Amino acid sequence: MADLRDMYQEVILEHAKSPRNYRTLAAPARKAEGFNPLCGDRCTIFLAMQGDVIADIAFQGNGCAISRASASMLTQSLKGKTKAEAEKIFNNFHRMVTGQSPNGDRASLGKLEVFAGVSEFPARVKCATLAWHTFEAALHGDQEPVTTE
Amino acid sequence: MSVPVAIPRRQTEIESIGPISGFDVEKLRAEFPILRERIHGRPLVYLDNAATSQKPDAVIDAISNYYRHTNANIHRGVHLLSQRATEEYEAARAAIQVFLNAADPREIVFVRGATEAINLVAQSYGRTHVRSGDEVLITAMEHHSNIVPWQLLCEEKGAALRVAPINDAGELIVEEFDKLLGPRVKIVALAHVSNALGTINPIREIVRKAHAFGIPVLIDGAQAAPHLPIDVEDLDCDFYAFSAHKVYGPTGIGVLYGKAALLEAMPPYQGGGDMISSVTFEKTLYNKIPHKFEAGTPDIAGVIGLGAAIAWVSNLGIRSIGAHEHALLEYATRVVGAIPGVRLIGTARQKAGALSFLLEDIHPHDIGTILDQEGIAVRTGHHCAQPVMERYNIPATVRASFAAYNTLEEIDALARGLKKVREVLG
Repeated sequence: MADLRDMYQEVILEHAKSPRNYRTLAAPARKAEGFNPLCGDRCTIFLAMQGDVIADIAFQGNGCAISRASASMLTQSLKGKTKAEAEKIFNNFHRMVTGQSPNGDRASLGKLEVFAGVSEFPARVKCATLAWHTFEAALHGDQEPVTTE
Repeated sequence: MSVPVAIPRRQTEIESIGPISGFDVEKLRAEFPILRERIHGRPLVYLDNAATSQKPDAVIDAISNYYRHTNANIHRGVHLLSQRATEEYEAARAAIQVFLNAADPREIVFVRGATEAINLVAQSYGRTHVRSGDEVLITAMEHHSNIVPWQLLCEEKGAALRVAPINDAGELIVEEFDKLLGPRVKIVALAHVSNALGTINPIREIVRKAHAFGIPVLIDGAQAAPHLPIDVEDLDCDFYAFSAHKVYGPTGIGVLYGKAALLEAMPPYQGGGDMISSVTFEKTLYNKIPHKFEAGTPDIAGVIGLGAAIAWVSNLGIRSIGAHEHALLEYATRVVGAIPGVRLIGTARQKAGALSFLLEDIHPHDIGTILDQEGIAVRTGHHCAQPVMERYNIPATVRASFAAYNTLEEIDALARGLKKVREVLG
C-alpha cells in the first residue's frame, strides 16, 4: 500500500503553504496558462529569458498541495538554467512522477526528488505535472492554454 | 456506534413519509457485490453516488441474462428472440412510465443519458422555436450539461442565455427568476436537484409560473430520480431528463420524458433505422413517437438493465429510500459540520443526496487522496458546475453523496477520515 507520507513529504507541504516566486512578471516576460479541466486547477507561468537563460520565473494560480508545491519548486529549480538544461529537468521530472525512471536517473533533479512518491498515486500525477507542462508552453511561446487532458 | 436514526422534522418534499419501516440496510448491501471490495486494504465506503451509483445483482443479472438468453435486435425480427427482446425493451418503457407517472408510454424516449436528453430538446425543440433575440432561461446552479447545450443553441440562433441567480445558501432566488420570465423566453431549463449543492428546486412552482407565460419547462432530474418521487403529471413539466446510472442502472442509457403533443410536433434529432416508417430517396416518413427519437439499434441491454433498476427501486420504495438518505444527509451535515474548519457549501432548506464542503484551506484533491487511502470514495473538484464554484469563489469542493446502501457508520468513517486529513496536512 502506498504511504501518504511518500507523497505528502514535509518539503512539499512547506512549499504548498508558502510557495516561492508566487508573483507575476511584467511584459515582455513570456506567459502561459495551464489548467486541468477535470479538477479546475489553474496555473500561470511567467518566464523572463535572457538569451538562452531563464533569468526569472514566477507563477500564479490555485490548486492542491501537490500542484502548488510542484510549481513553487519548479521556479526554484529552473531559475538560472539554460533552455536545454530546463528541458532535461522537465523530462527527468516527468519520467520520475510517471514511474518510468530508475533511481539513478534522479540525481539531476536534486530537491525535486521529493516528488518521486507521486508515482504511487496515478490520479495525482497531473497535479504534479501541470506547472511543468505550462512551463514548456511558456518556453516555446505557445498561445493556446495547456490542458492536462 | 449508537446514533439514533431520527427522521428529520423540518419541512421538505419528503417530510410526510413517516418512519422507515422494513428498511434493512444490511440486507440491501448484500445485493451489491461491489460493496465487498476492499480499497487499499480497507472496506469500501462509497460516498460518490451523485457521480454514479453502484449496481445491485438484479441489474447485473438482468443485463447478463439478456445477453445469455434473449439477445436479438428489436422491432423488426419475426423470430422468437427478437420478439422477446422487443417485449422486454417495451416493458422497461412501461415501467418508466409508471415510475414517472407519465400519461402515456409514448412519452418515454430512451437516450444515452440526461445529457443527451437535454441536447435532444435543445436541438429539436430549441432549434424549431428559438429565434434571434429570444431567450433561454436557466439557473446559476446548473450542471454543465444543462448549460452548454443551450449555449450552443443560443450561439447558433443569436439568442441570449439568461441565468437566474442563487443566494448564499444555494437556493434559487425565486423573485429574481420571476423577473427574468417574459415573452422573449422560449424555454426554461433547470435542475430538480443541484448536483454540486444538493438543493431541491421548487420546480412545481417554477413550472406553473413559466406556463403562465406559455413557456415550456425542461427539468434536469439526474440528481432527483435516485432520491425523490417524480410525478410528471402533477409537476406538469414539459420535459424531464434522467440517467439510469445514477439510479442503480447501467451507464450509457437514460430517459427523456416529453409531453406527447410536444414530441409529436418536434422534428427528429437523429436519422437512421427504427425512426422511420418509410424511406425513399425523395421522401422519408418518420415513425411515431417515441421511435421517431430512437434512431439506430438502441442500447437494448441498457434499457433492460434500467428496467431492472427501476423495478428494484420501486420494490424498495423511492419514499423509503429518500427517507433513509435524508436521515444520512442530516446526520452527515451534523457530524461533518461539527468538525473544526469545515465550511458547508450549499445549505438550502430543502436538500437531497449530497453534502458539499471545504476543510480549512486544504485543497479538496488532497482531501480526496487521503480519504481514498482510508477506503472512502468521495468526489472532489468542481462537479461539472464551474459557475457554482465561481459563485462561491472557490475552486472546488469535497462532495459526499448518499445512496440507499449507505450507513451512519460510513459517515462516522468519513468524519474519522477528515480527522486523518487534518493530521497529515493540517
